Amino acid sequence: MSEVTEIEPQNAGAGRAAAFAEFWFYFRENRGALIGLVVFAVLVVLAVAAPIIAPHDPTQQYRDALLTPPFWEEGGSTSFLLGTDAVGRDILSRLIYGAQQSLFIGVVVVTIALVGGIVIGLVAGFFGGWVDTVIMRVMDVILAFPSLLLALVLVAILGPGLTNAMIAIALVLQPHFARLTRAAVMSERNREYVMAARVAGAGKLRLMFRTILPNCLAPLIVQGTLSFSNAVLDAAALGFLGMGAQPPTPEWGTMLAEAREFILRAWWVVTFPGLAILITVLAINLVGDGLRDALDPRLKRS
Amino acid sequence: MLRFLLAKLAVLVPTFFGITIVAFGFVRVLPGDPVLLMAGERGLSPERYQQLLHQLGFDRPLWEQYLGYLAGLFQGDLGTSLVTKKPVLTEFMALFPATVELGLCAMLLATIVGIPLGVFAAIRRGSWFDQVSMGTALVGYSMPIFWWGLLLIILFSGILQWTPVSGRISLLYFFPPVTGFMLIDSLLSGQSGAFASAVSHLILPTIVLATIPMAVIARQSRSAMLEVLSEDYVRTARAKGMSPWRVVNVHALRNALIPVITTIGLQVGVVLAGAILTETIFSWPGIGKWMVDSIFRRDYPVVQGGLLLIAAVVMIVNLLVDLLYGLINPRIRHK
Repeated sequence: MSEVTEIEPQNAGAGRAAAFAEFWFYFRENRGALIGLVVFAVLVVLAVAAPIIAPHDPTQQYRDALLTPPFWEEGGSTSFLLGTDAVGRDILSRLIYGAQQSLFIGVVVVTIALVGGIVIGLVAGFFGGWVDTVIMRVMDVILAFPSLLLALVLVAILGPGLTNAMIAIALVLQPHFARLTRAAVMSERNREYVMAARVAGAGKLRLMFRTILPNCLAPLIVQGTLSFSNAVLDAAALGFLGMGAQPPTPEWGTMLAEAREFILRAWWVVTFPGLAILITVLAINLVGDGLRDALDPRLKRS
Repeated sequence: MLRFLLAKLAVLVPTFFGITIVAFGFVRVLPGDPVLLMAGERGLSPERYQQLLHQLGFDRPLWEQYLGYLAGLFQGDLGTSLVTKKPVLTEFMALFPATVELGLCAMLLATIVGIPLGVFAAIRRGSWFDQVSMGTALVGYSMPIFWWGLLLIILFSGILQWTPVSGRISLLYFFPPVTGFMLIDSLLSGQSGAFASAVSHLILPTIVLATIPMAVIARQSRSAMLEVLSEDYVRTARAKGMSPWRVVNVHALRNALIPVITTIGLQVGVVLAGAILTETIFSWPGIGKWMVDSIFRRDYPVVQGGLLLIAAVVMIVNLLVDLLYGLINPRIRHK
């Protein structure tokens, strides 16, 4: 959350703490956002501490306990709290390790998309002219394809797998960051403080990254959380279609794909992985809504 | 208006050529020999290889190949499926109505539920209705729809046995496609029960596909309505003693719906992406399932052609939405 403070103009060292205090004041008003933040924190803890918390190895197959129902159902056992899948792996342990996958996917995808989008958007917005036109037309082309379809085709080119899925999703999400950055840069470019920096002899790179960028961060942070949830969803969708993480990786979408043929026989193998995806995405979106409301000055008035 | 149209087209034309470059480049960046890929899995004799290399044009310079590809495109030639040996365009046209039917039903459901939900939530801001409906909308917005579809199948097809699991209509009914839309064709066929069967097949995929657009539309309608309700002219109307119902219906709603129309238009891409998952789950014979199957069968001409056609559809729909937006909102048109 430390990057949030940078929305305020830099060089206001003392101002950062105040800015964060103000942000926090508005953020904590939003009960949903706080719940989302807590759930997200729990997920992070689960992911980090997975080897300690998980009762079983996520790939260990208990051949004498295939499709065991959850413990509260008839035939369930407390050694497999949420039951086992078709090859006897403990679902709870796989879900806990799955949190690692999903959070890792989200972080990597958003980092690639954010950095790429910021650089591209800064260049387009700062230089303008034909550079801007060419870059923005390329972004239009990427956005013309339904995102999941383009990601699917990219993975088909690169070959199925988690790394390629992450690259594909990052590439598809990146234009949103580029567009936002460009729009923000264009509205900031001719402000007085930028002029002042220019007159003071700041170079192009310094102008772009040190002077302008910190003042464009608010919408990018909001878009970043949105993209985080999109990345988790899309990666799960690719996994579900067999194009993302490959078995036996405990990825939630891949788990759903493996469970599909058992849906009418063993509801738990289908229900829990999807629930995990929904809870994760919902938590991130709740935080995203809270960030948007706290960072958007137009809504602060009301 | 003409100027507005031309400005939109000026952006669209380069985008379209960009799309053709992506589709053209797709086969060429695939790992492996494009001729072997395009020829399918069976082995080739060296003579046949040379013949195919020449026939497919891979021995010519890249720009010449691209121009040839473009020339083919404008004559409606998008290549031939490796699996069915039918032209890609023919296959697309045969399957597209199934996706359109599903997509239209989903958009209709999303709109007729989403807009009232958002508008009422805005009018009763902070009420339990607002909180429950917006909470539900956020859940819908966060929904992994491939899982949602499986849950609905477990409940309605498995436990309750109300709806069939897959397909567009029961195998008991057969009639030649007239419009390609099963709801209309089943009525035209005059067979009793055919329409009911088509509806029962359509209902779950429609709900699944409508979920995310419905949530987006509800959220957007609410915030657009809130914005309009805080405008001065709404306050004036209220101050004049106008009934709250009239203020909303006559003054606020129309202006609030303008940005909602753009949102609805933007959902077309979402629906087509969602169709990939929805059609896969319900074995719905549309272009989403066609694309996924083709990717797995390595039927690259189909993937290439489908990619181009789907992007073209999204582009055209977006253009129409932009024009509609310009038509109802003069401020945009004259900017």
